[in-house]
Amino acid sequence: MKWLRDNLFPGWVSGVFSALLIVILAKSLFAFVDWAFLEAVWRPDPNACRAAKGACWGLITEKHRFILFGTYPYEQHWRPAAACVLLIALWTFSAIRAFWKWWLALVWFFGLALIGMLMWGGVFGLPYVENERWGGLILTLLLSTFGVAFAFPLSILLALGRRSDMPMIRALCVGYIELIRGVPLISVLFMASVMLPLFLPSGMTIDKMVRAQLAIVMFAAAYLAEVVRGGLQSIPRGQYDAAHALALPYWRRTWLIILPQALRVSVPPLVNTLIALLKDTSLVLIIGLFDLLSTVKISLTEPAWNGFGIEAYVFASLVYFVFCFSMSRYSRSFEHR
Amino acid sequence: MIEMSQVNKYFGAFQVLKDVNLAVGRGEKVVVCGPSGSGKSTLIRLVNRLETHQSGRVVVDGVELTEDPRTVDRVRREVGMVFQSFNLFPHLTVLENLTLAPIWVQRVPKKEAEDTAMHFLARVRIPEQAAKYPSQLSGGQQQRVAIARALCMKPKLMLFDEPTSALDPEMIKEVLDVMVELAREGMTMVVVTHEMGFARTVADRVVFMDGGRIVEAAPPADFFSAPRTDRAKLFLSQVLGH
Amino acid sequence: MANLEERRIASGFGFLNREAGFEIGESAFLRYGAADSYLRALFVGLTNTLLVAAIGVVLATILGTFIGLCRLAKNFLLRTLSGAYIEFIRNVPLLVQLFFWYAVITEGLPGAREALSPLPGVFLSNRGIFFPSLSSVPELQGFNFAGGFAISPEFAALLAGLATYTAAFIAEIVRAGIQAVDRGQNEAAHALGLTRAQATRLVILPQALRVIVPPMTSQYLNLTKNSSLAVAIGYPDLVSIANTTMNQTGQAIEGIAVIMAVYLTISLSISAFMNWYNAHVAFK
Repeated sequence: MKWLRDNLFPGWVSGVFSALLIVILAKSLFAFVDWAFLEAVWRPDPNACRAAKGACWGLITEKHRFILFGTYPYEQHWRPAAACVLLIALWTFSAIRAFWKWWLALVWFFGLALIGMLMWGGVFGLPYVENERWGGLILTLLLSTFGVAFAFPLSILLALGRRSDMPMIRALCVGYIELIRGVPLISVLFMASVMLPLFLPSGMTIDKMVRAQLAIVMFAAAYLAEVVRGGLQSIPRGQYDAAHALALPYWRRTWLIILPQALRVSVPPLVNTLIALLKDTSLVLIIGLFDLLSTVKISLTEPAWNGFGIEAYVFASLVYFVFCFSMSRYSRSFEHR
Repeated sequence: MIEMSQVNKYFGAFQVLKDVNLAVGRGEKVVVCGPSGSGKSTLIRLVNRLETHQSGRVVVDGVELTEDPRTVDRVRREVGMVFQSFNLFPHLTVLENLTLAPIWVQRVPKKEAEDTAMHFLARVRIPEQAAKYPSQLSGGQQQRVAIARALCMKPKLMLFDEPTSALDPEMIKEVLDVMVELAREGMTMVVVTHEMGFARTVADRVVFMDGGRIVEAAPPADFFSAPRTDRAKLFLSQVLGH
Repeated sequence: MANLEERRIASGFGFLNREAGFEIGESAFLRYGAADSYLRALFVGLTNTLLVAAIGVVLATILGTFIGLCRLAKNFLLRTLSGAYIEFIRNVPLLVQLFFWYAVITEGLPGAREALSPLPGVFLSNRGIFFPSLSSVPELQGFNFAGGFAISPEFAALLAGLATYTAAFIAEIVRAGIQAVDRGQNEAAHALGLTRAQATRLVILPQALRVIVPPMTSQYLNLTKNSSLAVAIGYPDLVSIANTTMNQTGQAIEGIAVIMAVYLTISLSISAFMNWYNAHVAFK
């Protein structure tokens, strides 16, 4: 009771305000529960949906396979599903502090190879599925994961290069980072999507997914580089002095002493950049790749299901929210250590 | 001037003040000392309600401190406080630091506030620093500005919470000199400090606290030469020994 | 370079003077018709971008500051609700939110004939939002409104999405800035007898601003870059128009170069301002 008094009704004005808020909150909550659950239609029946007052979750019931896996062959859906599980396992595994050793890179290498094998097939009796048919949630997760896997090492090189004593290297790294960070992601996607094929010898083509992945890697590397640079700058001068005094050559002291400390400190901002990366993959919709947001949007274009955009995007928000919020909680847990 | 009776204070489940009774008369100088964690800072922060008490009474200049914010305002206008970490306002000049409260709280006209400020700056011996920012002053100078800032409100009572603990040794004297002068002029003062020399010279009474209780209270002559309790004896041997 | 030849890319920026041949849905300041040049079309795109960015920044700052202050309120409900808002908005992609706003406007609002009218002369429909202007009042004509001052559904959705999204980030910046001010400052202010309001205004906020301004300008830059998502919901900003231009002329390299140059100029200007601010205003 005392808690209620202190936090909600400390004075007259505040109390009235709280009472008002509670009333508004209660009304909105009831209206939402009514719309989302009580009056909602869960069966995949568009006519029932139009007739009802509530939300049309039937859209999701009907289209969920397409939304999650895109145009992947129906009987083979266990493969992208397994790949999703593997990806999530890979992330969770990497989140455990005890596993932050050099062999984590190997785990990633083999994990990603396994996932690639699952998705493409063509070996071990698995039928081949070309990546134009990949889509939905699995594509979003793949773009993010492969994006981080390649961008991270690149970003370390960029961050080290930015602090280098060699003017050419420093200029290149600074130029790259500032250029990429100064322009919107969409322009980098356009750049990869439209310009890249122009610079290849005629006859050779690059797959659209690879182009998008490349753009995402380039984009993420610039932002991750700034996070790593922050970590490098936060290491006390004394560490560098000690390493120098031990006469360790550049790469050895960087690898053994500097980087481990810099990276440990950078984990929260690194995770925040990853969250942003996952959200940014939704932009590949604009260049015609079928990520999760794209498949949700496409499922609305069927005439029978036209007009249920609100339900569709609420669902999409929920899926993204679950992933991003978990990562954000994880990052938050570091601030309390 | 101050009357505390049967005051108890808790931080969550931890009891930091136990059945504290203290009376400070007008013009009296009281030094509060004790090992760290004994509750001395909390004690004086109760006087201007920077901390609240859960039971007992705290009466300052006839006004009892309660939940009512008006009592708190009235008390704070008559009580000046000097902090261990100075807490000067870094974005204002020294002069602005001193005139802020008189202008906004006491509604003193700006010119008058500035005159008062310069007067007190002269009293603490640094009138030439008026246009500087706190970060440009030494620790000793900053603390003297803090004392002047509190004095500009013309308080009836001054509280000092370990005023010299954050200072380099060579600057402690200049601050203590100002405090001694203030005492000689008759200001009622409650000072939490480890500076026993100051206590001997200036205090009318020394209050020794340990574990949230007032263990011993006596005039300095008695306290330093013949402490009655074992804990006081132990404390004195540690503080004066080195 | 044989590849370029193959696709008959006419390099160079000469195409900018050619007739554009396409219409632009809305233009903030400049008059434009299909007979105007590509250069003019791109300018229209630029002004559209700057318009939505400028208004977005103002709205986001107001909303974000309010929510940030709510996070520090004594009232439990205010603290929790604002916290929930921030968590939800920051963990959902902006593009999803833009589509959501667009769906709310085009599916949630009624048709022109049944338009909502919260104030006389103001109409909300799935065709847009209409206000009375200085010279005329919107009136229903057929299936749409004519006269008055109109905000298209695309502009409204983009603005709503950008403002609410960026506000969540600004709220955290404001909260962190105020909490970064040393507790002792508050204590000293209160010991001197200043009221809570006076202490906040005279002592806390000036110090908090120094911590808030750098990341805040960073968010303004993000909002401007994010406005490029207009291409996905049909608002004719710079990227949208450049995209159309690239598709029509095949001049991909020049198009992308233009986009990047414009945004780089904007970000470098904001960086320059920030450096000036840090040197001149930040703590002495």
